[in-house]
Amino acid sequence: MNKFRFIFIGFMLTFMSSWVGLVLLPIWGLGNFEQVPDPETGEMIPPVFSSLEREGHRVYIANGCIYCHSQQVHPARVRSDIERGWGERRTVPRDYMNQETVQMGTMRTGPDLSNIGVRNPSETWHLLHLYNPQITSKGSNMPPFKFLFETRKKDPEKPAANALNFPKGFGPGKDFEVTPSHEMLALVAYLQSLKLSSYEIPEAPAARVDSLAK
Amino acid sequence: MSSENALKPDAAAIEESRLQRLEIDRAARWPVGIFLGSSLFWLLLGSALAIAASIKLHDPEFLAENAWLTFGRVRPAHLNIVVYGWLSTAGIGIGLWILSRLCRAPIRDHRSLTLAAVLWNMGNAVGTWGILRGDSTAVEWLEYPTYAAPFLLVCFAFVTLEAVGLIRRRPPGHIYISQWYIMAAFFWFPALYFTAHGLLILAPVQAPAQPPINWWFAHNVLGLWFTPIGLGAVYYLIPKIIGRPIHSYYLSIIGFWSLAFFYAWNGMHHLIGGPFPAWLITASVVASIMMFIPVITVAINHHFTMVGHFKKTIYSPTLRFVVFGAMCYTLASFQGSSMAIRSLNGITHFTHYTIAHAHLGVYGFATMVFFGSIYYIMPRLLEREWPSRFLIRIHFWSCALGFIGYWSFLSWGGVLQGIELNQKDTPFLEIVALTMPYLKLRTISGSLMTLGHVAFAISFCWMIIRHRASDGEPTLFTKRVPDPAPIHE
Repeated sequence: MNKFRFIFIGFMLTFMSSWVGLVLLPIWGLGNFEQVPDPETGEMIPPVFSSLEREGHRVYIANGCIYCHSQQVHPARVRSDIERGWGERRTVPRDYMNQETVQMGTMRTGPDLSNIGVRNPSETWHLLHLYNPQITSKGSNMPPFKFLFETRKKDPEKPAANALNFPKGFGPGKDFEVTPSHEMLALVAYLQSLKLSSYEIPEAPAARVDSLAK
Repeated sequence: MSSENALKPDAAAIEESRLQRLEIDRAARWPVGIFLGSSLFWLLLGSALAIAASIKLHDPEFLAENAWLTFGRVRPAHLNIVVYGWLSTAGIGIGLWILSRLCRAPIRDHRSLTLAAVLWNMGNAVGTWGILRGDSTAVEWLEYPTYAAPFLLVCFAFVTLEAVGLIRRRPPGHIYISQWYIMAAFFWFPALYFTAHGLLILAPVQAPAQPPINWWFAHNVLGLWFTPIGLGAVYYLIPKIIGRPIHSYYLSIIGFWSLAFFYAWNGMHHLIGGPFPAWLITASVVASIMMFIPVITVAINHHFTMVGHFKKTIYSPTLRFVVFGAMCYTLASFQGSSMAIRSLNGITHFTHYTIAHAHLGVYGFATMVFFGSIYYIMPRLLEREWPSRFLIRIHFWSCALGFIGYWSFLSWGGVLQGIELNQKDTPFLEIVALTMPYLKLRTISGSLMTLGHVAFAISFCWMIIRHRASDGEPTLFTKRVPDPAPIHE
């Protein structure tokens, strides 16, 4: 058993070294952020999610949006994110502090969503896009999320107030109406709240970000 | 077991050896058999989900009516099934069998281990159902909801306990390199899973700290779980089949320690460019380049052992799969090290190129080595031979050619995608359009790979039902053996 004891100690030590460097130190350095006051308005940023937005975050997670969409804006010297209009500055760790399970992502089959709430604030756009991406984005390979909507026969006396208005060629037909489910409304609220790098915070002041940009 | 006799075996020593191997294989029959057999079920299910996910990326309306089959659930279900259902299950079976053989000690607790195998499968079933119904954690490589974890952890407790029992009963003297790798893997995996599940899902740390832990975990599933089991298998099977020892003991030790240290630090290369301190990313970039040391060491060792014996891949299925796999290990690792260089990463990050690379490791290397291992182990567990040479040929060629297609088409599409992603004037939907032909070619290639898996599963079931009696000879690719070197048991 003697020699094996040394092999065991050795491979557990190498393992623990990585645990210290890549788990413990990140928890210490990146795991204790607090909000800071906005220099102009005084409100605490980044803002905490509302309960509807938190529900939407969970819908995002349950349906695996992360597998096509990232939520991290890279600096201009690395990638063209800022030039594409995906954010005014790169995202920094504090921007994510209020998310339950961070959804930074590793694939860009679809665009980055860090600041989608700034870029596409319209609820109508999101509802149409999520119902059938081809409506707003022809040729997209994003799946339709019709199962997060309710389709029923339209009652001409009492049409639903928030029924979707489809352009020609889309939708279930004039005898039916489609309304978003509660989960869909929560998801859209979450997307509208995504403005990760649109705040100015101490470690990412606008002036310094500009000088790093090129 | 006297080591002098092993060097100059006489008839009595050979017979004693053979009886010991028989005892070991018989004790391993149920536990290892269930791990290996059930792994094939998950391979088939994982392949079906893979094809569905692949089709959805070029035909998004495919099977899109139901929430359970939306791409965002099918894709993580595929990943978790092939990682925990196919590769991990086969890895446990292969690791335990090789360990048992090398320790010259039969598995003692076969009832608990058989139960553990059932628990492992239940964990995978529950986890998969959880992802499809909407309970995915969306933590990459850890998507099984918490209620699946106890099954996996209890099973693994039994596995590690048995492994410790085996290593303690080994004969005095030299510990072979495969035993180092397999024992390390059996400790590293539960440590990784337990830590990551705790810190990311059960009691999550604050969001900005989650990605480092996530990718420390996910990369180490590759580097500290699949790689050591795979290398342990290659180091065992090549010498066994060609009848020659490994080229260099010292190289194998250097390879082990450099892998143990450097691989564990690689994880942050998945986060290059992201919101993290520069030292954290750079540490992983350095570790990723340092991986050339263990990888070149292992490549030299395997190559110089095989030199003069490559012709044996003409007739030995195990050897052919294992050598293909070992070569893919070298290629995947070199490619991985290159992708950690920030300038190249600028093109490949976030693209399909990364997916192709991942498959070079988990499929080209781990899956193909595990296929070879199962071809070697099952006849020894069941005391009968594979029923059909033809099915083995279909298996090898469909998987090898299918995978070469998969990797080539998807990598090329990924490079084009990455280049255009960095051109601010290229509209995003144009980038989607340019990837379409490559995504379709990936579906075709993946379907060919799946055909190979189906052939393998048919072989496996046929062998168990013992539909065709064997003539007592091993089922090789060709009946004519090129040179007279014996195939060792």
